[in-house]
Amino acid sequence: MAITNKWRITRDDLTARFVLLPTIILTFVFVYAFIIFTVYISFTDSRLMPSYGWVGMTNYIKMFQNANWHIALKNFAIFTVLYISISTVLGLFLAIMIDWSKLGDRFFRPIYLYPMAISFIVTGTAWKWFLDPGIGLEQIVHSWGFINFKFNWIKTSDKAIYTIVIAAIWQVTGYVMTMFLAGLRAVNHATIESAVVDGCGAWKLYTKIIIPQLGPSFTSVFVILGHMAIKSYDLVIALTNGGPGRATEMPSTFMYSYTFTRNQMGIGASSAVFMLVLFAIVIIPYIRNIVKDS
Amino acid sequence: MRLHKTAEIVNMVIMVVFAIFFLIPLYVMVVNSFKPLAEIRGGNMLALPVAFGFEPWTKAWSEAQIGVQATGLKPYFLNSIRMVIPAVFMSTLMGSLSGFVLSKWQFKGDKILFGLILFGCFIPFQIVLIPTARVLGTLNLAGTTTGLVLVHTVYGLGFTTLFFKNTYDTFPSELVQSAQVDGAHFFKIFKDIILPNSTPIIVVSVIWQTTNIWNDFLFGVSFGDATSQPMTVALNNLVSSSTGVKEYNVHFAGALMAALPTLTIYLVSGRYFVRGLMSGSVKG
Repeated sequence: MAITNKWRITRDDLTARFVLLPTIILTFVFVYAFIIFTVYISFTDSRLMPSYGWVGMTNYIKMFQNANWHIALKNFAIFTVLYISISTVLGLFLAIMIDWSKLGDRFFRPIYLYPMAISFIVTGTAWKWFLDPGIGLEQIVHSWGFINFKFNWIKTSDKAIYTIVIAAIWQVTGYVMTMFLAGLRAVNHATIESAVVDGCGAWKLYTKIIIPQLGPSFTSVFVILGHMAIKSYDLVIALTNGGPGRATEMPSTFMYSYTFTRNQMGIGASSAVFMLVLFAIVIIPYIRNIVKDS
Repeated sequence: MRLHKTAEIVNMVIMVVFAIFFLIPLYVMVVNSFKPLAEIRGGNMLALPVAFGFEPWTKAWSEAQIGVQATGLKPYFLNSIRMVIPAVFMSTLMGSLSGFVLSKWQFKGDKILFGLILFGCFIPFQIVLIPTARVLGTLNLAGTTTGLVLVHTVYGLGFTTLFFKNTYDTFPSELVQSAQVDGAHFFKIFKDIILPNSTPIIVVSVIWQTTNIWNDFLFGVSFGDATSQPMTVALNNLVSSSTGVKEYNVHFAGALMAALPTLTIYLVSGRYFVRGLMSGSVKG
């Protein structure tokens, strides 16, 4: 597209650049200058407030020796693997179901997707009490007569992280389904027709013909879920507040508490940098594709 | 695809089972927000209310203890509205202009610039919390709604720019060129040709930004104070406060209040909400 003559900058070109300037300046200050600032803080002795005594890698070393950070990383690994794999499988399955059904699009899709419209704090509140052994699910099953039924994961140190996985999957599966549905509708119909003519069964049709064509959808799903997993903070705060004890600590909650409540800003900044690096690995190739697409 | 009768029934059963899974938390919140506390404690969360009443709602709205004051959620609900409207307006306006420039005016490095702007809207915001707190403090905006509006506007720009650029890429460039030949200038072209054709994407942007900003917790909890905290932060304070009796019915009523505005928008305009969700993913 070439509105601009290469050799002459018109008044409109100048206006256009001028109009873009606020966005450019704000992005450079609030995103890039701020990132540089936080990276710098991670190499300083900042505690309650930013201070500028250079301490090299000390904060990173301290962080990786910190038991809470170990818990956060372990939880993050468990959470990310389960969250991404389960919601991908469920989302794809539901997309196929919706695609088959007459009522799917109009009736079921809005029901599966509505959790994406509400806050993680609301989701956390609902699941927190629904999974509470005293009043929620365990109590409900007891009242049906199964008095030996136990479900107290949310109160159990080594199980609480799985309740966060459940709530997060509940919130995001409809979104994953929506992405796969868009992919399914873009699948080449000729390949399906010829496979059906060849007497291909449904299972084979999906595994051999349709799902292999969903590559771009899978990429989108993994990147979006990956970056959501790195960011997940609100849900943990609302559902377990990092507990019981510190059992559901995540990188995001670690960052917040070390920076703002434990007065270890240097270590907090290091954990934020760690999150950014993970995020960049996931997102940069993806953004390159979006920009290329446009 | 056509299905056999049996397959159709199996398909229907599966979809209903999942519909129940997705609806249960909402159902639990609704039925228990109309029960007296004793009925939740002694009964079954899935049961319909026996002694149906609105007290939990009135309590959550105007009496519940949030932090130190017994104001209910009402002032925080208003804080959220005061924060959302200007932030949505400004980020949408700036996004439409930036998207127009990035789509129809080429210059050296425009692609890289677009990528840099996009990167900014996805970052984990933990990386900017410390400097943002400093800057808001310096500008005397710490703990104010104005400060939250500024933060939400800035970090929404990436999304809104993406929405508008993607849309304007589908507009024929001849529109702009012929208008230029006729002597129309930048703002006139934008106002008379581009904006009148932008209604759907403006709706997408407004819905997306409203939902995102209304539901935000991290910025609210980091940069809001008792006078400016949004609804999500107040709800979390209400639910997680460790003092006194846990009033589950009031918590559920409060959670529904926090959910209702965005849920209503979703129900009224689901199609636009989906478009917003999908524009963050690469086209298949």
